Amino acid sequence: MANYLSRRDAARELMAQVGDQLIICGLGSPVSDVAREQERDRNFYLVGAMGSAVPLGLGLALAQPERSVVVVTGDAELMMNLGILATIGVKQPRNLSILVFDNERFGETGQQVSHTAYGIDIAGVAIACRFPAAAVIRQQQELAPALARTHTNEGPYLAQIKVDPERVPILIPIKDGVITKARFRQALLGRY
Amino acid sequence: MPDPTRTGQPGDDWREQVFAAFEQGGVELFCYLPDAGLDSFISRANAGNQDRAVVLTTEEEGVGICCGAWLGGKRAVLMIQSSGVGNCINTFSLVTNCRFPFFLLVSMRGEFGEGNPWQIPMGRTTQAMLELAGFQVFRASHPQDAVVMVTEGLKMAWRSDAPVAVLLSQRLIGAKDM
Repeated sequence: MANYLSRRDAARELMAQVGDQLIICGLGSPVSDVAREQERDRNFYLVGAMGSAVPLGLGLALAQPERSVVVVTGDAELMMNLGILATIGVKQPRNLSILVFDNERFGETGQQVSHTAYGIDIAGVAIACRFPAAAVIRQQQELAPALARTHTNEGPYLAQIKVDPERVPILIPIKDGVITKARFRQALLGRY
Repeated sequence: MPDPTRTGQPGDDWREQVFAAFEQGGVELFCYLPDAGLDSFISRANAGNQDRAVVLTTEEEGVGICCGAWLGGKRAVLMIQSSGVGNCINTFSLVTNCRFPFFLLVSMRGEFGEGNPWQIPMGRTTQAMLELAGFQVFRASHPQDAVVMVTEGLKMAWRSDAPVAVLLSQRLIGAKDM
């Protein structure tokens, strides 16, 4: 029987070592996962525009090549714009990491089964798109090395973290995109 | 047949002037999906410093990338053909909801002189769709319109945090011969 991690534990471990990383959260549970552990100005929360988390992270990584950018998103959110992995493969941003919290479900819409439940291998797609490294994470002890890698500037890197399809209580600290943008820029650039 | 939009004088090419407007407007990243009408801008974006050019697999990627670049303090523009505008509609909610400054350059297909009926549905609806999505739209039909509209459109985007689109009409860039 395949093993699944608790998404709560994965988020806790991620945010315990986050430092000054810039975090982009894709719509749905990843926003709640990250915000519950650590609400901070350097988190950007998407509550719509499905498929945009990784493109947003790529633009940020290209604009800020000296900073570590981490996209935390769901499997279906990423699958909506799978082609972005090819675009990343062309640009090879060393400072960009993608953590896919893969619950094999469309969580927000009622836990309908998603593509990855049938074995669709997002990490394999990343490797095929010239990511230097990508991995499927199924064991707790694999998580710390994966998170450490997001700090090494050896990306692009993708970790497809297999998590339990548990429902998490919704926590969206900010729905207003203007505020989210302004506070993120203020923290990073010192101006709105 | 000579290209009526070129005068033959070096520096007089409107395409060159449009690209110069991008550079003077502080644009550091060019996201694009090709079209014949954009080819000159794509070549210029790729010349010299390839770090500034980003080729996309689908247009909506470019919406996220441009917004992400601005989160990181850099100006990026998206260059696509009119059919790609339809691909972006939901993703434009990122632009309007966060009030990102946003500049879109669209080469029109499916209008003046079009020979491919498959282009016509988006050709007919591109401008209205952009306006419904909250964009300020400028349509350039003459070479000097294009230069002025890009110059002023860039200012408007970044000074007013507004989504601005400049459409290069098929009357300006010519229809594909098919």
